[in-house]
Amino acid sequence: MTANVTIRIQEADFDIAQAIAALTQGHTDIGAVVSFSGICRGSEGGETIAALTLEHYPGMAEAEIARHAETAMSRWPLTGLTVIHRVGRIAPGENIVLVLTASQHRQAAFQAAEFLMDYLKANAPFWKREESPDGTSWVDARNHDDAAAARWTKS
Amino acid sequence: MKVKYFAWVRERVGKSEETVEPPASVRTVDDLIAWLAKRDESYAHAFETPRVIRAAIDHAHVKPDAVIAGAREIAFFPPMTGG
Repeated sequence: MTANVTIRIQEADFDIAQAIAALTQGHTDIGAVVSFSGICRGSEGGETIAALTLEHYPGMAEAEIARHAETAMSRWPLTGLTVIHRVGRIAPGENIVLVLTASQHRQAAFQAAEFLMDYLKANAPFWKREESPDGTSWVDARNHDDAAAARWTKS
Repeated sequence: MKVKYFAWVRERVGKSEETVEPPASVRTVDDLIAWLAKRDESYAHAFETPRVIRAAIDHAHVKPDAVIAGAREIAFFPPMTGG
């Protein structure tokens, strides 16, 4: 990959405007940047969530995101992309994940961002644990996340 | 080979990683799960529903019938919930 690909896993929050600037700086061939942020909700199915704690598999998480980034770069005419995933304790309202895709035209950027998020949810080795007033519990995987990822392999 | 555990698999096993030397009859990921599950109650609890356990060999996802020979690191974990 010669294009501008940034992958970071970190405890610290990220600055979306700064990340977009880093992706587009020095480029005059970018006509579209799509930004997706995943944010911690304060409730789930009527249950209050005090915080999420994200665990990951160091080494594999980076490798898995890099594989998906490479697929996105080869599948769509992107000038670059950024994936930042936070780990550790995250409170409601805080950022969890950022996906940025940059392209000449919007369609590639929209599609690649959606592809990356679908794949991240189903295949990147991260696990969420929820803190609620009743204690802590691991978040169950959702079948629709697998289905969302699978639709990119069709056709 | 090194074995790593994550999320509730790690909690149930009671450790995040260890080195194991399974016998030659343990050929696949499925075999290794069955072998580990027989160790004690903690492992039995962690691996009580093998079909929900996901595995990776050397940082790549693998299916239960994947052969483990030559693996440096095998990881077991529940379905992923990132993003």
